[in-house]
Amino acid sequence: MLEVRDMVAGYGEVKVLHGVSLDVGPGEVVALLGSNGAGKSTLNNNISGIFRPFAGMVIFEGQDISGARPETTVDLGIIQVPEGRRVFPNMSVRDNLEMGAYRRARARRTQNIDRIAGIFPRIAERIDQLAGTLSGGEQQMLAIGRSLMAEPRLLILDEPSLGLSPLLVEEMFALIHQLHADGLSILLVEQNVVQSLEIANRGYVLENGKVAMSGPASNLLQDEGLRRSYLGM
Amino acid sequence: MYDPSIIAASIINGLMTGAIYSLVALGLTLIYGVLHIINFAHGSLLMLCMYGVWFLYAQAGIDPYLALPLVAAGAFCLGYGLQRSVIGKTSHGRDEIILLVTLGVSIIIENIALFAFTANERVVQVPYDIDGIDLGITFLVVPQIAAFVASLAITAALWLFIARTYTGKAIRAVAKERQGARLVGVNVDHIFAVSFGIGTACLGAAACLLAPTFPISPQIGYIFVLIAFTVVVLGGMGSFVGALIGGFIIGVTESLGGLFFGESLGKLGISLIFILILLFRPTGLFGQRM
Ligand SMILES: Nc1ncnc2c1ncn2[C@@H]1O[C@H](COP(=O)(O)OP(=O)(O)OP(=O)(O)O)[C@@H](O)[C@H]1O
Ligand SMILES: [Mg+2]
Repeated sequence: MLEVRDMVAGYGEVKVLHGVSLDVGPGEVVALLGSNGAGKSTLNNNISGIFRPFAGMVIFEGQDISGARPETTVDLGIIQVPEGRRVFPNMSVRDNLEMGAYRRARARRTQNIDRIAGIFPRIAERIDQLAGTLSGGEQQMLAIGRSLMAEPRLLILDEPSLGLSPLLVEEMFALIHQLHADGLSILLVEQNVVQSLEIANRGYVLENGKVAMSGPASNLLQDEGLRRSYLGM
Repeated sequence: MYDPSIIAASIINGLMTGAIYSLVALGLTLIYGVLHIINFAHGSLLMLCMYGVWFLYAQAGIDPYLALPLVAAGAFCLGYGLQRSVIGKTSHGRDEIILLVTLGVSIIIENIALFAFTANERVVQVPYDIDGIDLGITFLVVPQIAAFVASLAITAALWLFIARTYTGKAIRAVAKERQGARLVGVNVDHIFAVSFGIGTACLGAAACLLAPTFPISPQIGYIFVLIAFTVVVLGGMGSFVGALIGGFIIGVTESLGGLFFGESLGKLGISLIFILILLFRPTGLFGQRM
């Protein structure tokens, strides 16, 4: 479904990714792990078209979308929930959700808002509240709700559990599990190594802009090196 | 002492002028709210629009009020094109460069106007400019009433547009969260240009409403942009309601100032408000909200 081939990317003169290759198959959850500054968000934003890669290819469902604009990737159904939520603070929860359907599934936005209200009752209760006044956890739910409004084909989640209480982290992973069960393809960037590998089919470990390790999630979970560097075990 | 009816009359007159100030300020505040820049070309674009009104009037005999939709649409296209192909292209997304580019644009427009139209004043005369309604305490002429009603109607329409339509929502989204807007698929460059276009269209409308009352010269923009700037600072940068109410406050201040202290000294009231606001409430009356 998504193929990233030898992506070189960065900012200005500085290269952050030095030839990264990665796949997400249909209906797969792929975990992307790596320490702070490894280049995970850089990879996401180069897939989404926020930045243009210096070299390499991004192929989505057989179509070359390297360097495509974000409008195009959104049109194709690649929807990213960015690090730090990036909800629209000056707009109501409802308007935020509606903005999720800016380019896709606009005609079905009313049904989709109802559906998302069912997934996130806390969001539904605050539908007319300004997004900027939501708690961090609620904003994270809203950001995910907004992404679902576009009826994504590939969902990119950049650290969805960041800053959530343990209980909400559990809820978040349960939700990702549910979306997976519904057949959605997901690229999941996470710091919660064990939990994300437990729900992922496969995983990649990014180190200094290169894929240091990859394979089935269960294999990575057993890996000594990974356990030592990320779990301190 | 002044007769209360004279003061009331002065307030009413101030509200009429204030409505146009609101409209000019609305354009400035919208552009500021979305692009986060002060559009230094605002005054010269208003001047250009006024010459457009005069041209239609003098060459084609089109009534300035009937010309409003045409001038506003033309101004929208001018603003859209200016942002999309000049300001956006040359600034490379850096705010301090955008500022200088708008300044450069204004200098160019002014010099072209000076060359093409000379410094002579042009007048747009409507046949009904002394008709009006007698309120008892004051007599309101058609240009005043038209300016008041049209400014309010345009402000209301614009507010509905921003609040209700998808494009309006995209404008608000871009104003506060550009990256988030990009990720839902908003073309931010397009929205910048649309906002600049709407801001310029406000000037187009204002130009039609001002033309029957103010003689047009290449310097006319300065007067209004200074007032608009005061209104925006008073109301709060980027605030819609602030622009509206700020316009009325400034209009009334100017009118009452004129009554108590005479024409020229009265204008000092505006500068005084400007300084007081900066000293005591730099975020303006309505903070920065959109
Ligand atoms: N907009 C930017 N301009 C310049 N450098 C950037 C920019 N964004 C990120 N970087 C740099 O690129 C490198 C990789 O950053 P990136 O955000 O991709 O890391 P990450 O793996 O997502 O880290 P984290 O887990 O902390 O989110 C870092 O060294 C960072 O400083
Ligand atoms: Mg990151």
